Amino acid sequence: MRKVLVLLVIMTLLASALPAMSQDMVELRIRWYNDGNEGEVLRDLLDRFETDNPDISVEIDTVPYSAILENLPLDLAAGEGPDMARVTDLGGLAQYYLDMTPYLSDPAYWEENFGPFLNWKRLGDDDSSIPGFMTQLTITGPFINRTLFEQAGVDVPSDMSDSVTWEEWAAASVAVAEALEIPYPMAMDRSGHRFAGPAISMGAMYFDDMGHPTVMDEGFRNMAELFVNWHLDGTMHPEMWPLSEGYAGANEEFANAELVFYMSGSWQVGQFSEQIGDAFDWQTVPNPCGPGGCTGMPGGAALVGIGATEHPEEVTRVMEYLASQEVLGEFAARTLFIPAHAGLSSAGVDFDTDLQLAKDSLGVFVGQVGTLEQTAFDLQAYAYNRNVFNASRDRLTQAMVGELTLDEAIERIQDDVDTALAEVSG
Amino acid sequence: MTDIGKQTTSLRLLSVIDTLARPILLILVSAVDRILTPIQRRVGIDRMGYFFVLPNLIIFGIFVLFPMLLNFYYAMTGGTKLFPADRPFVGLGNFETLFDCEDFLSPNSCQEDLFWRGIFNTIQYVILQVSGIVLFSLATALVLNRRIMARGFFRSVFFYPVLLSPVVVALIWKWVLQHEGVLNAIVEILGGESKRWLLDPNWAMFWVVFVSVWALMGFYTLILLAGLQSIPPELYEASSIDGANTWQDFRFVTLPLLMPTMFVVLVLSLIRAVQMFDQIFVLTGGGPGTRTQLMVQYIYTTGFSNQIQLFGLSAAASMVLGVSLLILTLLQLRLGNQSSLS
Repeated sequence: MRKVLVLLVIMTLLASALPAMSQDMVELRIRWYNDGNEGEVLRDLLDRFETDNPDISVEIDTVPYSAILENLPLDLAAGEGPDMARVTDLGGLAQYYLDMTPYLSDPAYWEENFGPFLNWKRLGDDDSSIPGFMTQLTITGPFINRTLFEQAGVDVPSDMSDSVTWEEWAAASVAVAEALEIPYPMAMDRSGHRFAGPAISMGAMYFDDMGHPTVMDEGFRNMAELFVNWHLDGTMHPEMWPLSEGYAGANEEFANAELVFYMSGSWQVGQFSEQIGDAFDWQTVPNPCGPGGCTGMPGGAALVGIGATEHPEEVTRVMEYLASQEVLGEFAARTLFIPAHAGLSSAGVDFDTDLQLAKDSLGVFVGQVGTLEQTAFDLQAYAYNRNVFNASRDRLTQAMVGELTLDEAIERIQDDVDTALAEVSG
Repeated sequence: MTDIGKQTTSLRLLSVIDTLARPILLILVSAVDRILTPIQRRVGIDRMGYFFVLPNLIIFGIFVLFPMLLNFYYAMTGGTKLFPADRPFVGLGNFETLFDCEDFLSPNSCQEDLFWRGIFNTIQYVILQVSGIVLFSLATALVLNRRIMARGFFRSVFFYPVLLSPVVVALIWKWVLQHEGVLNAIVEILGGESKRWLLDPNWAMFWVVFVSVWALMGFYTLILLAGLQSIPPELYEASSIDGANTWQDFRFVTLPLLMPTMFVVLVLSLIRAVQMFDQIFVLTGGGPGTRTQLMVQYIYTTGFSNQIQLFGLSAAASMVLGVSLLILTLLQLRLGNQSSLS
């Protein structure tokens, strides 16, 4: 009986000690999505952090990108979000971010290196909060399959001119596809963000004089008309936009050499390096031109702290580690992401790939930063830009299948944007 | 071991279980009795029924009634905030927005054109899908009820798609129907021209209906098969003596006696058809354009997938859907009652 009693006492003591031991360890959670290998790289970096900081454990909850767009906002609104999250709707979720300024050991480092991109994550008049850092800067732009051009005996337009128009690219891509019986001359990610670059190049303003979003101008209409007609005549992948809900990409078609020209963005470089390698010559070409410029859209993903976290100091320690020049440099090099960090931009990143095609593509994207129009930056910084992008995507799709005329579609885009914004202000 | 031996062993086993279980049961019964007797004394024997259904009512209240009331409240509010207390009351404003139409038959004339496209698509889908389900399930059940070769095998074959997740079903058929898919390969082998089956608005609706009938008919076939097997064979013998042919057997014996089961199939398939979302979402994404976008997808998109989430409008649309479903079910019940009376 005595033995049993002793055993019980020991067990009770152990049971009460366990929670106390675990209380010393703070567990943080990151809601994360992957485009390529970045989750793996992040885990590796965090393992090193945890070794040096045994009081903090960081769990990565990897979810599909759609869950970041659709579920995360609801969780945050309900106060049930993670401690940190990787987001792309930078301004739209700004109300839920943690301002790390009081906890940062060197706020000046953040202003100095992430300054231009901090505004993308701030709300309204806020010009001082530091909620997180960009895990990558993305630039939208086209990829081509150069091997197909060579096989078809068609000149690559950008070899002959620095300012190739969209129409010239379309004609060349169709010529290649017809010569080689390739199913898809062109494709563009099913995304209003991807469409915005070409539209701005054609002269779309996206904002009126009062700063209110608008699509009611000639530039937007001209690009929309070209784009819809290209779907009708088979220049663009005919199924991708009409037969999808939300985002859709043509990665598989491009990797399978079934597509000549693919309008996407810099985040694909890592994936194409793995998927395609040097199976054929793929390359990034400068954004096509129009009367409004030769612009793509800037963008990117950011790792932000969430305001509802119970551990703001620990979150800040993790963020300071990940945002340090050395760690972020390694992250960029291993993921083939363009860093949005002034120090790294000036020092340069030695991308961790032997594939010259990938290095060249990244070089072209980095070079594109200087050609981006101010409207593109303004639109990216606009908190409700996804409202404009989604309406453009869905209504132009309706025009492609004949449910709406082009003018009706543009009017509907404007209505959708205005109605939703009225709800926000109401 | 002989049959008598087996029976003796079973009886012995039962006797052992009875000996062991009886005291436990008695303890349990006496414990329950101690709790229930005072309650019965207090509320009276007539009201004890309520006491027994109370747990179920609580679960129903929390998981069904409360969300319904909350949805009703959301439908009366606007703005983009999540918590009800933060949302401004707009009365019937969301319903006015939904029903703001110049011509109800022309979605483009409506403020919420996508809502009306959803309604028209849903009506068309429900009519085609439910008719297809009832007809094909009935025909299949009639065939599988006959003494045909490999009957068990065919019953399994028809039931197999029911076991698949709707997403898997949609993905399989997407691969079959895409431009470089199996169907076009067969068409080309047969000398035909390949076609973009899901890009043509009319074909898209046809395939959406076809795939869901293919996926679900096994379940309804099983229900109808059970109904067919419950019809006493003596009735067929009697009708045969009266000189009835196969059609008359079906018309005057099978169909009337199968009607209650058919009614169950009709109600279940109708409710399921109106709620359809996942399969179509994966197969066509509601496209081409919005050609196969049903009401549920509109509710989802408006409330959840847009950057500015209009919960109020979405809740109002879901109420319209719920009320329509209620009216349809009541109508069916009434018709069912009338037909069984006649």
